[in-house]
Amino acid sequence: MPRIWKFGDDIDTDQVVPGRYAPYMTGDPELQKYAFIENRPDFAKQVKTGDWIVAGKNFGCGSSREYAAQALRKSPIAGIIAKSYARIFFRNALNLGIPLYESDELNDRVQDGQELSFDAEHSSLTVDGKTYALKPMPGFVHQIIREGSIIDFVKKHGKFPGE
Amino acid sequence: MSQQTLAEKILSHVSNREVHAGDLAVVPVARAMTVDSIALSVMDVMKQLGCERVHDPDKIALFVDHVAPASNVATADAQQKLRAFAEAQGIRAFYDVGSGICHQVMIEEKLVTPGTVAVGSDSHSTAYGMVGTFGTGMGSTDVGLIFATGKTWLRVPETLRVDLRGKPRPYVMTKDIILRIIRDLKVDGGTYKAMEYHGVESFSFDSRFTLASMSTELGAKVGLIEPDEVIKKRFPVPDWLYSDADARYLRRIDLDVSTLDPQVAAPNSVDNVHDVGELKSVHVDTVFLGSCTNARLEDLQTVARIVRGKRIAKGTRLMVTPASRTVLMNATNDGTLSTLLEFGAALATPGCGACMGRSQGVLGAGEVCFSTGNRNFRGRMGSPEAKIYLGSPAVAAATALTGFITDPSAL
Ligand code: SF4
Repeated sequence: MPRIWKFGDDIDTDQVVPGRYAPYMTGDPELQKYAFIENRPDFAKQVKTGDWIVAGKNFGCGSSREYAAQALRKSPIAGIIAKSYARIFFRNALNLGIPLYESDELNDRVQDGQELSFDAEHSSLTVDGKTYALKPMPGFVHQIIREGSIIDFVKKHGKFPGE
Repeated sequence: MSQQTLAEKILSHVSNREVHAGDLAVVPVARAMTVDSIALSVMDVMKQLGCERVHDPDKIALFVDHVAPASNVATADAQQKLRAFAEAQGIRAFYDVGSGICHQVMIEEKLVTPGTVAVGSDSHSTAYGMVGTFGTGMGSTDVGLIFATGKTWLRVPETLRVDLRGKPRPYVMTKDIILRIIRDLKVDGGTYKAMEYHGVESFSFDSRFTLASMSTELGAKVGLIEPDEVIKKRFPVPDWLYSDADARYLRRIDLDVSTLDPQVAAPNSVDNVHDVGELKSVHVDTVFLGSCTNARLEDLQTVARIVRGKRIAKGTRLMVTPASRTVLMNATNDGTLSTLLEFGAALATPGCGACMGRSQGVLGAGEVCFSTGNRNFRGRMGSPEAKIYLGSPAVAAATALTGFITDPSAL
């Protein structure tokens, strides 16, 4: 069963991947190795396909460095559910095709490591027998995720979603 | 068009239809820029798109400023590739090592135009709002798409309007004002929003930069200042570029700056802000006078005025990293630089320097830094065990003099 990786409020991009591990500094493209390397050193080794990150408010604040989102894209997580996202991280993660949902209550109700099942059709998550409805994402978000990424979208349609 | 905020006005003009907060707009980008630390990712996005030529080389700017000069072989190699890219694509606005911080040079060289959209691969691209440009930061995928297509998508933001009233006391700077706003609104208080500042008529050109650029620390998409005579003297401002009297704001904030004390953000969050007096027992090892937030001529002059003829506190260092070559030249010509050097300052190459903790003044474990920059996250300037306080150049000067966080008016 996939599990929850729980994080608090204001997780900044340096906590996702510290600047010292940027590809520019190390020349190493295996970014997923460095996901949460200082904040949660067990993450990169133990995260499994279908796991979700469940975070508090303002997830991904800080710099515009996209490798924070890339490190998560390259990891096996299925998506992220936060109370809210920082603006640039939201764009970056969405552009790379990471499913992003918002929920005001989930983070306060669930524990780290709990097993979950996700229902994409109804945008809901079930944990310990309780089902939580997630806020629906705007249409253009689905359009991007459906094509895989914004690059795939633009390559296929020759324009931006909504254009 | 009516009832529009500055952000709505600009996005309506560039997209040729009336848009309001909440609408999705695909807009032309008048200038897109990237920097040494991100450029390879941007080039990679173009490759993934199968795009060999940038959409318009005259709408792009490239900078080697983040780790400049290069600090190791990986950064040196990346910078070589950026030089080759600029040459091959015919991009004339290429600024190599020593030119200065991207945002500073974008303004100095007038690479941005009021009333247009400019996007940088760096979060502090909100700085361009100081001249009425819709400046915003994005990641490498977005910037790569702009390089390839000349366009981007934006959700038209709601606006928080800030009205400043009163005249600040001596030694109180726009840095203190924006820190005060962040103290109240918190680091996510402006997420997805536009900030719109009014009441800045008495503030200098240089000092406005700090308000616009640090809007990013509120999570804001853009930090706009309605252009007045100070801006019109230097930039072409279209006559429609003002906010309507009946514009709809999400919230209005009135701030009386006349009673404001210097403000200091303590570790490890930019909204952990205190009046300077509350932190006076904090000993500081390194004072960093640098970054796109506060390393302009006016900032260097402010420090020089306070430290002239004196010596730096024993056990404290002052690292001066001018925002650009122009700033450094002007500070050399007017004697500011020699005042700082006589005081005991160390000088670094114009650029980001220690602000991002990769070169030219990286902090070690346990080191305490007072920085005129904009971020004090754990590990931002080097060791995660270092501590970073943020404040104005005036407080930085007083702090370098005494070795402790000091209110300049108490000297
Ligand atoms: S000076 Fe600092 S904040 Fe400004 S662009 Fe450079 S690294 Fe970013």
